[in-house]
Amino acid sequence: MARTIVITSGKGGVGKTTTSAAIAMGLARRGNRTAVIDFDVGLRNLDLVMGCERRVVYDFVNVITGEATLNQALIRDKRCDDLYVLPASQTRDKEALTQEGVGKVLDEMGKTFDYIVCDSPAGIEHGATMAMYFADDAIVVTNPEVSSVRDSDRMLGILASKSRRAENAEEPIREYLLLTRYLPERVERGEMLGVDDVQEILSLDLLGVIPESPDVLDASNKGEPIILNERSDAGQAYTDVISRYLGEDVPHRFLEAPKKGLFGRLFGG
Amino acid sequence: MSDAASETASSSDPFELKSSAITVPVLKLFDPDMDRITDLLTTKIEQAPDFFHNAPIVIDLSALKTNDATVDFALLVGLIRGMGMIPVGVQGGNPLQNEAAEMLELAILSNSAGRPRPRPKPRAAAPSPATEEHSLLVTRPVRSGQRLYARGGDLVVTAAVSSGAELFADGNIHVYGALRGRALAGVKGDTSARIFCRKLNAELVSIAGRYKVSDSISREHWGDAVQVYLIENRLVVEPI
Ligand SMILES: Nc1ncnc2c1ncn2[C@@H]1O[C@H](COP(=O)(O)OP(=O)(O)O)[C@@H](O)[C@H]1O
Ligand SMILES: [Mg+2]
Repeated sequence: MARTIVITSGKGGVGKTTTSAAIAMGLARRGNRTAVIDFDVGLRNLDLVMGCERRVVYDFVNVITGEATLNQALIRDKRCDDLYVLPASQTRDKEALTQEGVGKVLDEMGKTFDYIVCDSPAGIEHGATMAMYFADDAIVVTNPEVSSVRDSDRMLGILASKSRRAENAEEPIREYLLLTRYLPERVERGEMLGVDDVQEILSLDLLGVIPESPDVLDASNKGEPIILNERSDAGQAYTDVISRYLGEDVPHRFLEAPKKGLFGRLFGG
Repeated sequence: MSDAASETASSSDPFELKSSAITVPVLKLFDPDMDRITDLLTTKIEQAPDFFHNAPIVIDLSALKTNDATVDFALLVGLIRGMGMIPVGVQGGNPLQNEAAEMLELAILSNSAGRPRPRPKPRAAAPSPATEEHSLLVTRPVRSGQRLYARGGDLVVTAAVSSGAELFADGNIHVYGALRGRALAGVKGDTSARIFCRKLNAELVSIAGRYKVSDSISREHWGDAVQVYLIENRLVVEPI
């Protein structure tokens, strides 16, 4: 049985798709058969971040409506044999994702995959509620800003009531906090919330802190999930996230601004 | 007229149902300002305490425009009950206000006939365990947008209550985490209800309709472990 992980947030643009691509790649590179599904119907961009946009023939909605089989629609990653992408439809409207249809596809995938990563659209619109309904785990992507934290809190409230696990009174969805686009310098200047503040407000397990990095945009332009860039601090932070998700005890890194050298300390700036 | 409408009862029935027209005072609200309402109500009751004691009263919201329906409404009902009157129904409310009225077990009256409207079905999306008539224990954080009601008892939360979350209880409210949302104890008018919390960062605290918003909670106790209770209609916040 696969474990279904939803990557969610209250606001858009916080880094859900970046995170979905990184986590799916990270889990697959550790030898887990992993699929990543784009639930953002109409705004598809997971295939771009994964670098498979030119190989899309069928999509998630085609599978739901029976126009294609799962095997026809799943795109195997060229870098990692254990990783598959199920792209979103760009043309269909969101209602095409029915609860019954999504459930059937996930059940079928559950037979062959270890992990199913669901890249959710923002907020509580249709695609997002579908993505979280079947989740076992939820990774709540949050930026260190008051509004993003408040939105995440609201999402957590919805997760707690509108999921299959909640409806069947099963063990609740496991919730994790992932803080992204973290800028230690701005936190130190008091312009952004710090890790401790966010964690205290949300009282959640901290899965990781991903620093703001220009490498992320580079990576998505190239279609290479950032986790493949081992020299990037953001890439390394995502690697740590995978370890922590798999139960390893890894200290958090990149929480502090790089210390200035002697010159910096003497002359400021 | 009313007799004509009633069914003829056979003499063996234990009761008969008749329609009737009872005159019930209506409290028609114009201004949602709870402080002004409290002041005026206090004055009125002082003038004619016997008239108001245990008097049924209908709340008319048709002239009132407010968005924050749940909290305002719960405050108002608590206040009226705490002052010895018995609010029985509400008329002229918007759907949100009616939902709040229903939560507090008031009849929803239509303006013309004074006859209760059929209650809307409880929403399936909110299977909160708060529908049973006893205390409610919650061990997970209460998130922004969530609303919990301990009907007929105490509400105990062993985790944090986020800003934007709302707690209601007929009895006491205990929060063994930070209280950042709103807490309304004694919503049915129990003036002896109390609120206890480990860390006071509340947006609003209220006992039987007397309330303080965060701005008017003394900074002295902000972030402290406190209890909130009423002394002679005054809300007291005190460290514990
Ligand atoms: N850690 C990061 N550092 C810098 N830019 C980032 C980071 N994470 C995401 N971004 C950028 O933010 C934008 C939104 O990211 P995306 O993953 O598409 O968010 P979402 O899916 O939540 O809308 C993209 O331009 C992406 O490159
Ligand atoms: Mg996205």
